[in-house]
Formats: sequence, C-alpha cells, structure tokens
Amino acid sequence: MSGNMNLTLKVWRQKNESSKGQFVTYKAGDVSPDMSFLEMLDVVNEGLVKKGDEPIHFDHDCREGICGSCSLHINGRPHGPKHGVATCQLHMRSFEDGQTVVIEPWRASAFPIIKDLATNRSAFERIQRAGGYVSVNTGGVPDANEIAIPKVIADEAFSSATCIGCGACVAACKNASAMLFVSAKVSQLALLPQGQPERYRRVQAMVAQMDEEGFGSCTNTGACEAECPVGISLTNIARMNRDYFTAKLFKEDEV
Amino acid sequence: MSNFAQTFSSSLGKKLIMSLTGLFLCTFLIVHLVGNFQLFKDDNGQAFNSYAYLMTHFTPIKVVSYLLYTSIIVHALYALILTMGNRKARPVGYAVQAGNANSPWTSRNMGILGTILLIFIVIHMGDFWWKYHNAELPYAKYEISLDNPQDIKVSELPWDAKRLIHSDYVDTQAGKEIVVSKDLYKVVAKAFTTPWYVALYVLSMVALSFHLIHGFRSAFQTIGWDHKKYVPLIRFLGVWIFGVLIPLLFAAMPIFFLLKNY
Amino acid sequence: MKLDAKIPEGPLAEKWSKHKFNLKLVNPSNKRKYTVIVVGTGLAGASAAASLAELGYNVKAFCFQDSPRRAHSIAAQGGINAAKNYQNDGDSVYRLFYDTVKGGDYRAREGNVYRLAEVSVNIIDQCVAQGVPFAREYGGLLDNRSFGGSQVSRTFYARGQTGQQLLLGAYSALNRQIHNGKVEMYTRHEMMDVVTVDGKAQGIITRDLVTGKIESHAGHAVLLCTGGYGNVFYLSTNAMGCNVTAAWKAHKRGAYFGNPCFTQIHPTCIPVSGDHQSKLTLMSESLRNDGRVWAPKTIELAQKLRKGEIKVTDLKEEDRDYFLERKYPAFGNLVPRDVASRNAKEAVDAGKGVGASGIAVFLDFADAIKRLGEDAVRAKYGNLFDMYYQITDENPYKQPMRIYPAVHYTMGGLWVDYNLQTTVPGLYCLGEANFSDHGANRLGASALMQGLADGYFVIPYTVGDYLATIGPKAVDTSHPAFAQTKKEVEDRISKLLSLKGTKTINEYHRELGLIMWEYCGMARTEEGLIKAKGLISALREDFWKNAIVSGINEEFNQNLEGAGRVADFLELGELMVDDALNRKESCGGHFRVESQTEEGEALRDDENFAYVAAWEYAGDNQPEVLHKEELVYENVKLTQRSYK
Ligand SMILES: Cc1cc2nc3c(=O)[nH]c(=O)nc-3n(C[C@H](O)[C@H](O)[C@H](O)COP(=O)(O)OP(=O)(O)OC[C@H]3O[C@@H](n4cnc5c(N)ncnc54)[C@H](O)[C@@H]3O)c2cc1C
Ligand code: HEM
Ligand code: FES
Repeated sequence: MSGNMNLTLKVWRQKNESSKGQFVTYKAGDVSPDMSFLEMLDVVNEGLVKKGDEPIHFDHDCREGICGSCSLHINGRPHGPKHGVATCQLHMRSFEDGQTVVIEPWRASAFPIIKDLATNRSAFERIQRAGGYVSVNTGGVPDANEIAIPKVIADEAFSSATCIGCGACVAACKNASAMLFVSAKVSQLALLPQGQPERYRRVQAMVAQMDEEGFGSCTNTGACEAECPVGISLTNIARMNRDYFTAKLFKEDEV
Repeated sequence: MSNFAQTFSSSLGKKLIMSLTGLFLCTFLIVHLVGNFQLFKDDNGQAFNSYAYLMTHFTPIKVVSYLLYTSIIVHALYALILTMGNRKARPVGYAVQAGNANSPWTSRNMGILGTILLIFIVIHMGDFWWKYHNAELPYAKYEISLDNPQDIKVSELPWDAKRLIHSDYVDTQAGKEIVVSKDLYKVVAKAFTTPWYVALYVLSMVALSFHLIHGFRSAFQTIGWDHKKYVPLIRFLGVWIFGVLIPLLFAAMPIFFLLKNY
Repeated sequence: MKLDAKIPEGPLAEKWSKHKFNLKLVNPSNKRKYTVIVVGTGLAGASAAASLAELGYNVKAFCFQDSPRRAHSIAAQGGINAAKNYQNDGDSVYRLFYDTVKGGDYRAREGNVYRLAEVSVNIIDQCVAQGVPFAREYGGLLDNRSFGGSQVSRTFYARGQTGQQLLLGAYSALNRQIHNGKVEMYTRHEMMDVVTVDGKAQGIITRDLVTGKIESHAGHAVLLCTGGYGNVFYLSTNAMGCNVTAAWKAHKRGAYFGNPCFTQIHPTCIPVSGDHQSKLTLMSESLRNDGRVWAPKTIELAQKLRKGEIKVTDLKEEDRDYFLERKYPAFGNLVPRDVASRNAKEAVDAGKGVGASGIAVFLDFADAIKRLGEDAVRAKYGNLFDMYYQITDENPYKQPMRIYPAVHYTMGGLWVDYNLQTTVPGLYCLGEANFSDHGANRLGASALMQGLADGYFVIPYTVGDYLATIGPKAVDTSHPAFAQTKKEVEDRISKLLSLKGTKTINEYHRELGLIMWEYCGMARTEEGLIKAKGLISALREDFWKNAIVSGINEEFNQNLEGAGRVADFLELGELMVDDALNRKESCGGHFRVESQTEEGEALRDDENFAYVAAWEYAGDNQPEVLHKEELVYENVKLTQRSYK
C-alpha cells in the first residue's frame, strides 16, 4: 500500500565521532500517513542502499516506546511534534504533505555522535552505575509483603521509574542538563523504604557522576518535562535537590 | 576537596547559590520598595532623605547592605559561570530548536534579563548610591512645626564637607524640629523627570518582572521546596507579587514624578 | 550422543533441594579465579551476571544495545507469575506447576517446571528488595491479577510495564557489580561465535558494533541469554534487534536445538497496515475480558466493508458472527491464545477479514461500554485504547478495534539439561533463548518468571558445579581455536560485505517472514511445509548471490549487522520447518492441520510425540540429526484440552 504524502527531509549525516557532519536533503515520496516515522526512514534507507549509498543510521529497537533507543530531534523537538510519545510511536499523519522535516541527533557534549543520528549515551550508564541501586545480593531478602508501602508512595515511585532513559530531557534542555533523568532514578529509590539505607550516599554519588559527564545545569525551564515521552515530572528534580543538599549539609555520609 | 568546597562546586551547589542569592535579592526588593514609598509623600523629600540616611548609616542595615552587594556580585558571577558551563554542555547547537513549544520564554532568557538588571543596578547605584556617598550634593533643611508636623518649611543649604550627612535636632524655642539632610531626594526627583532615565527604569522593571516570574518559583524548585499543596502559592507569589505587583510599584515612582512635573 | 536431561531422582517437590545439595561448590577464595561470560543482559542475563558477580566470580557481559536496560525484556507488559498465594485463592507451587505443564500442552519437563514454580516466590521477594515498584493495594501490600484465563490471581504487575520494571531491577543489580569491578560490561557488542576448546565452551568472538573490531574473550563458562527468535517471521511483537545469531552459532558448534517449531502466536495485536510495516504491536490479553471478537457474517459484507462502501457501525447484530462465542460457549472470548489466534485466521482465510488489507477481525467494546459506561472502560483499558488510537488513528470508543494474531514468543530454543547446560559442556543457555519450561505453549506472565528464575536462582548453583569440576586453571585466548574461530568470523563478514547485488537485506527478511508465516505459522500442513523448505533454501541461495550489503566492517554499520542476522534466520527457518514436519501431531502453538479432532481442534499424539525434539547440526547443507528426549510424566495425567 503506498501513501500519498511527499516530504523533504534534511538529515544530519556524520560518518563518525571525529568527522564533520552536514545536512543532506532527501526526498521521501509515497509516504503513507499510517507509517511510523521510523518506517518512513526505513523506506528512505531501502532506496539509499539500492543506490549503493549508505543508509541513515539511527538507534531503535522495540518500536513501542519503551526501550528508549530511538532518539531523533525532529523539526526542533526531541521525538518530534507529538506530545508524550517516543520517535518510534510518532506517525506520519502528524506531518503534512509537502512539509520539510529537519532531523538531527541529540546534541550534547556528553552524548557524542557515533554516526549520523545515533549518539553515545553511555554517560547515563555511568551515572546509574555510580549508585542507582539498592545494595542487596540475590537471596536472603525478606518476604515481599514484609514491608507495606503506602499506595501513594508506591505509585509515585512507579511514576519516577517509568523513565525510559532515552535522553530526550537532555536533548530538549537548552543547557543539555540531565537533571530530569538523574532525578527520576534517584527519586524512585529515595521514595521506597528499600532505598532508604543508601539514600544519601546514592544521591551524592549520582550527582557527582552527572557533573563529571559534562551535562549542563538546570535552569528549571521545564522543557525536559514537556518533551519527556513518559511524562517524568519536575518534582523529581526538586526531590533530588532536597536530598542532595540534605546529604551534603546535614548528613555524615560522604562519597 | 573538602565536603563544602565539593558541594558548592557541584552543579547543584552552584544552583543553590544562585537560588539563595536570588531569594535574598527578592527580600531586599520588598524593603527597598517600602522605603521608596517615602517618595510619594508630599514632604519635599524629608521622609525619603531620612530613610536614605537610616539605610546607609544604621549598622545592622549596613551589614545587610554589604551582604546585598555581595549577593548581587555573586549572583551575577555564578550566572556567568553556569551559563558558560551550559554552553560547553552543547558545543554544537541545533539547526532548528522549537523552544517555545516546550518552555516559557522567560525561563530561557534569565541571563539576558539578568544582564539588563545588572546594567540597571550599576547605573542606578552610580546615580544614587555613589552620588549620595561621594558627590558634593547640596543639603535640604527641613523645619517641621512641632505643633503641626504637616507644616514643613524647606530650604537648601550648600555643600559643605564638614557638615554631617544628616542631623536632626529639636529647637524648643522655635517649636520646630530641624532636619538637615544631604538631599538625595532632589537627585532622584531630577532623574525621574528625565525621560530617557524613566524609560530605562521602566524597561528594567519589565526585565525584573520577567526575571522573577520565572526566577522566584525556580529558586524554590532549586532548593527543593516543592510540595503539591504549596507550589500553587509559590507560583502565585512569583507571578503576581514579585512578577507583577512589585515591578509595577517600582515603575510607578518614576512615572509618578514624570507626570507630576508635566 | 545420548541426551541426558539430568533430572534428579526423587519426589517432585524434593528434586531441586536435593540437587542443590548434591552440586559441587567452588571454594570462596577460588571464585575470583574464574571468569564467566554472559552473552545477553535482558532479564535472564542481567540477573545471572549480577548474581554470579555477587558470589565472587569475574563476569564479562555483552549486549548489542547501547545499554542492558534496552533488552527486549523491557517490552513485557502484562506481569509475572509467582505462587505466593497472597490472595488466599488456592494458589500453590503445585498449582502453578500444574497449570504450566497443562498450559504447555504436556510437552515440558515436570522437574524443570516444578523448580520454576518453586523459585517463583523468591523472585518477587528479590525484585521488591531491589526497589521494583509493583502495583500495591491501599493497605500497602502487593496487588495481584488474574492473567491469561488463569483461575487464580497470581500475577504481579507494574501498571502496563512489568518488563521494564523487572529489567530495571536486574539492571541495577548488574550496575552495582559493574561499579564494584566484578562485571566488565560490553555494550554495543555482538557475539559472533562461540569458541570451543577440547569440546568445551571456553570463550566467544565478538564484534564491536561501533568500531567493527573483532575481539576474542576467554572464560571458564559461557552463558547464552540472548532471547527469542520470533523475528524469523519478520513481523512479530519482538524488538527489531531480536535475533537468533548467538544461539544459532552455538548450535553450529554442537549445541542441540530443542523444539524449534514451537512458536507462540498472540491473538490480539494491531494488524499490519501496509508493506512498510516493520513490527507489530501487542495489545494486552486482558482486552478479551470485555471485548467481543467478531467478523462479518458473509464475504459480501466483508468486501463492502473493505472497500469502504459500508461502515462497521452500519452492520446489524444479525450480520455479525461472534465466532469464538459461537464455537466455544463455555469459554467464549477467553479461550487460550492459540485457539483464539487460529479462529481469527480461519475467518480471514474464509474471506471475512476486515480493514483495508482484509487481514483482521474486530474486537468490539460496544457492549462493554453500554454495560459499564465509557468511563469504566477507560479506567480499565485507557492506555491500551490510546495506544491503539495512536497507531491506527481509529477511536476504539466509537468503533471496534481491528486485531490480528502475531508472532510473540518462541518456546523453542537451545536444548538444555536440568542444569541449563547445552550439549556443549561449559555452554549454558538461559531465558527465552533456551527451549525452556513452557512446552508447546507458554502461559501469560511466565516468561519473565522463567528468565529471572534461571538467572537469579538456578544458574548460580548449577554453573558452580561445572566450574568446580573443571578447576580454576587460567584460560586465555592464546589457544589456536580462538584464532581459528576469529578467522571464520572475519571471513563470513568479508563474504557478506562482498555482496553487491540488487536486493536489500530487508527484502530478504520480509520474504522469509512471509514464507514462515504462511507455511509455518498458525496452521501447518505437510504439503505447505515441504514447499516452504524449498522456498527457504532457494531464498538462502539467492541471498548469498544477490543481496546488497553496504559499507565496511570498520565502522558502525547497521546494514551489516542486519545482514548477519538475516543470514542466520535463513538457516534457522529451514530447521523450524523440519521440526514442524517431523512433529505430525498438533500441540499447543503447533497446529498440524492433519492432526485435529472432529470439531477442528488440536489433537495431540502422546503415543508418538511425547518427546522433546533436539536437533543436531551436521554440517552445512546437511540434514540435521534428530535426537529425542522422552518426556516422563509421573505426577500429572495427560488429557486433551477442551474449551467447548
Ligand atoms: C510485547 C511483548 C510482551 C511480553 N509480555 C510478557 C508478559 O507480560 N509476561 C511475561 O512473562 N512475558 C512477556 N513477554 C515475553 C518476555 O518478555 C520475554 O520472553 C523475556 O523477557 C525474554 O528475556 P531474555 O532475558 O531471555 O531475553 P531478552 O530480554 O530478549 O534479552 C536478550 C539479550 O541478549 C542480547 N543479545 C542477543 N543476541 C546477542 C548477540 N548475538 N550478541 C550479544 N548480545 C546479544 C541482547 O542485547 C539482550 O541483552 C512479552 C514479550 C513481548 C514481545
Ligand atoms: C545582577 C544582575 C542579575 C543577573 C545577571 C541575574 C541572572 C540570573 C540568571 C542567569 C539566573 C538563572 C540561573 C540559574 O537558574 O541557573 C537567575 C536566577 C535568578 N535570579 Fe537573577 N540575575 C540578576 C539579578 C537578579 C535580581 C536583582 C534578582 C532579584 C531581585 C534576581 C533573582 C533571581 C532568582 C530568584 C533566580 C532563580 C534562582 C534559581 O533558579 O535557582 N536576579 N538570575
Ligand atoms: S525504539 Fe524503543 S522506545 Fe523507540
């Protein structure tokens, strides 16, 4: 089934981290409004490969908006014009026939470009390794129902835990700040009783790593929250800040 | 690095400094505003000049005012440091960035708004604070009837290096309180009847308004004071009191003088 | 070689405890002298890597995504089973065991399944301790729901994203060990082959997906936790990157492949919208609790609908065929996955399909909305309805959803014994990648359970036994087998890169998928399977002549990655067909049209097929050799399923 839309794509192409990139213009013809944005790119790529050109590289995997791989900055917005979805859930019916679509990678010094639209987000990994866990070994843990957790707390922790780690918050932030991501991770465990023993160590360790990675600082613009595909809220940032200052100024845990 | 050095060199620590200095400046705005209300009094500046003296010579207030100057400098300095850091965090910008789609304009332009404020503060301090302390200003002599405090006679005394900046004594024989004060009121009144100065002042108050519409709320968020029940209050204060009312009242003074003299 | 499943002797309930006692232990101070390689860091791999590192082993872990958190486990929606009996509704380890064996249509091992049910309770404790935010009741205790037609509420869930929450838990445990230096994590690395030395697995060859560097890694044991191969069908609910490469390479190095044709087809997925379709989206099973499945009564009506001459809302009650309710009055719309799927296919094959493509049936909520009110329906299914709306641009509150079955899970995989060891000593397989405990059909919410059971609670014991046996002698990559295997990997990459034909990798993949779906999908016939075998081998031959692979090895090259994976699918596909041909009975997800009851239901043949088919690779273009592991049932009685 072919479609009825024709688009002009301006895509950032860059061979590898060290080379200089530039925009290249492509025509995407016969686009069906039912296609997802990534499927539209698949079709463009098929054409490129057939011509002997290199396909446009971009990260993607689940295509259901949960793995957090896809990461395209489309017409000035992370994950494109539609609110509350990841790029893979964006459909072409959100665009108009004849439109020009500018596609860029996430831009942040902490997310170096690997190729074209794919970036290296391992900074997020290192932040989580710095302390984003509860130090329990397998086995020897209490029964799951031993500690009752008020539903509001459990729900709040869950909301923080829905973060898919895509990095749209960094991409959207004018300062390339990772505060929303880090605070969501910190919050989830700070809220739950299981996270209490390491609460103040964790926040210090994760913030220190975040700073080391070279993310910008937060000016509370709220762009991250607005662009987050799963709606992680700014409250997490306030909560993390509170814990951080409490830890630094009033607790004896040091990292 | 010591724990504290580490804390305040972290991105969050720097933000804490921004936020605390910012909020301190906000409290100062209230004090300043209350003082400025003296300008509206129809007493040829007697109350205002006394207030100016109090503000500059009462030790506790002096301590606070030095804190204030430091705050302004630190606030501006950290704004610069943070802004530079933020630039470095995104060395290659986007070709297209639809900022309006996800964030308010004010929040993205705190640096520019702050710079306007800084320029304003420098001019403002140069014009009033510097002159008051260092320039050879004439003095105003107020003779206030003890029977009727409404009855004030004012006369000008020339600059005299030996004269106290402010003196206040009661002449029981004449039944008058005599107040002699370096006449800042005149300086202010003159400035406020100069159209370009008024324009600058009003523009700066617009900048202040925008700066605080975002900044006040933001400062609480930075410290971590976020609570479902109280955020609406903070938001209200930020927008309506600090963002609208206070800048409006500040702006009202020069406009008041300008109109009064036309 | 005779297959020995090594199931411990003794009463069912004591097998695992006794076995654990009999397994050799590694001296604590020796543990750090061992290196274990874990390929894949989804639920199975991350939990295994973390648990082994906690014990003191050195672990090298690999995944092809840029983060372990992005493994396909992340996408699981519904929940995870555990025999906690928190609801006091009669659940028990035995009941979970029984349901799983029955649900698998009696093609799984009793011993394994019982162990799975037994450790299921520990999984929930472990996850909660890690900070997994499961759904809770107002009293603060854990909530459960009934899932997939189960008669007890034993499914733990975290809204619609249980998989993500469980994976984040395992991932955090893994991160802790990476931080402690016990796990060396290699992301964006793809395992290209297993290295065997003297018949034992002793390492792997990987490709750094960013630089293209081919690397050798040595270890005392290799754990494959690389997930399922549903993408052999091209369209499935699996993530785009899911592949069989690791398992297939292991197979070619001597690991037998168990029950490759056992595939689960999920009845409620959003149908294909066009040729551009790259994957299918699952709509939770729970929708069938309130939705009614139907198709137009006549072909004419279906045709008119497809052409848009009439609207679905124009169809009167008597023009609709609620085929599940009609055929299965007792279970109605809640028949098991395989039955629901097959019936939808029948309707479509009969020309009664709907939607522009004609490959879909309706799932209608009009009655539920009338009965419960739109708000109640929204509260229950709001996020699913939104997702549907998002993808199809049709409002399911106003018109019925269109659904169609899609490939969802593969019960088949590398054959493993009770210790999760493949037929290659030192090579283990965990999670969806092994032929697993689900027999011929997996129950909802049991895959997550199995992956975590394998990783947290089984492998730490069983691999220790092997390691203690071989001793802590250092291993490195200097053995010629490493150089040899590495060269074979490089040669294959060069061969792929030399392909400069006319057809893209995607085109081959799609074509393979169509063949598999048509002939080895929901209904399989001898004739069709034989045809498929020919088609696949012709396609494979064509692939190695006419495919185009762009770029070079020494760079990030997604086209090359895809080419390698599709090449392996092209080999696996044929084995699946062989297996389906061999299994002349119908069981679970495997429906042989020749083997059905008079009413058209699946007919098992326990006499001849109560075995695991384990296939041995016999060389390129050689027929694979079938080994049978007889299944012995001492505790449950084999019965024919009926849902009438
Ligand atoms: C849409 C959907 C919903 C589901 N819902 C449920 C549910 O509600 N309940 C339930 O119990 N089950 C559910 N399942 C099934 C379940 O999610 C999976 O079976 C299970 O998560 C598989 O886990 P795993 O660890 O075995 O593999 P995966 O999570 O797939 O992990 C595979 C790992 O192997 C790595 N890998 C693969 N190949 C290579 C290679 N060659 N080299 C290096 N690394 C490699 C990958 O990077 C990844 O880390 C669902 C499945 C789908 C598709
Ligand atoms: C001297 C000139 C000024 C400059 C250059 C300046 C600049 C800035 C900048 C760039 C920020 C955002 C920083 C960040 O959030 O990281 C900021 C925040 C703020 N400013 Fe200013 N400002 C100035 C004066 C003032 C004044 C006069 C006030 C108050 C009367 C003020 C109050 C605030 C507040 C409350 C914040 C929010 C702090 C936070 O988000 O944590 N600023 N300022
Ligand atoms: S591809 Fe997984 S979130 Fe988009």
